[in-house]
Amino acid sequence: MSSPPPTPPPNPSALTNGSGAAAILSAAIGAFALSICAIAADKLPSVNAALVFYKPTGPLSGVTTLAILLWILTWGILEFRWRKRTVALGFTCSVAFTLLALSFLLTFPPIADLF
Amino acid sequence: MEITTRALWTLIHGMGFGALYLLASSGALLELYRLTTPSPPSPPTPGQFRFLNMYLVAMVVLAWAAVLTGAYVIYPWYRATPPPGAVDLSLFPQHLLMSNPATSGWHSLGMEWKEHVAWFAPISITTVAFVFIRYGRDLANHKQLRAAVLAFAAASFIAAGIAGCFGAMLNKNAPIQGGPSIQLSHGGVE
Repeated sequence: MSSPPPTPPPNPSALTNGSGAAAILSAAIGAFALSICAIAADKLPSVNAALVFYKPTGPLSGVTTLAILLWILTWGILEFRWRKRTVALGFTCSVAFTLLALSFLLTFPPIADLF
Repeated sequence: MEITTRALWTLIHGMGFGALYLLASSGALLELYRLTTPSPPSPPTPGQFRFLNMYLVAMVVLAWAAVLTGAYVIYPWYRATPPPGAVDLSLFPQHLLMSNPATSGWHSLGMEWKEHVAWFAPISITTVAFVFIRYGRDLANHKQLRAAVLAFAAASFIAAGIAGCFGAMLNKNAPIQGGPSIQLSHGGVE
């Protein structure tokens, strides 16, 4: 007589948190990069001119394109490095939330104009 | 009844993509919370997960469509430079707003914030969709990751809300106009 199969542990986690952490952190880095590029384009005429990728849209085209490229690049690198790992998600999320909150604040004109 | 092509594009951008995205956001937040709760009163079905996957992908498309049409179709009309000596600025909304102290804030605060903060919506919702589709039911077992997904969905909602609110007010104070007119219907004489 065969013994019954072992009961699986409740709610087994099939995936490590690395892939999710990579997505979260890279999105926050992309948002933060956008806010920094926007301030740089607003304050530095040379950066402003260099970020005009599409003339009718002006420097906004370069600011957003650069930020999106940085986001995708960071995401790809972090995904490659973390996808099979369990990372310190508490710390990663703290950094991500801080960057995202700063991004909102730094795009707000009265704060951006302080620089 | 007629509409100009620029006004039609503004309608597509604001009402077609932006407002639909905002409407979808509250549903996404609720469903993300409900389907990934660690101890649901009744277990969610695979069909509910498939539906939310498609729902989030549709939101990603809407968010990107909204910012791309905004930046590359509407914004060039908004920031167009009037010819020297132009008196009628109705076709140059940014300059029209800046010409009056009572409306200049709609550009210097409203548009300056909107044109950047709006991009956080597609970035955030793309992240949310990726993580939800990747983890699915397993997201309930990653408490911090679930909290991060909900926070990013909320951030996306807030960013789209700021952009949508200022977009509506900007278009109220200095509407995007011009281009060929499209006749929608012939009105009768009363």
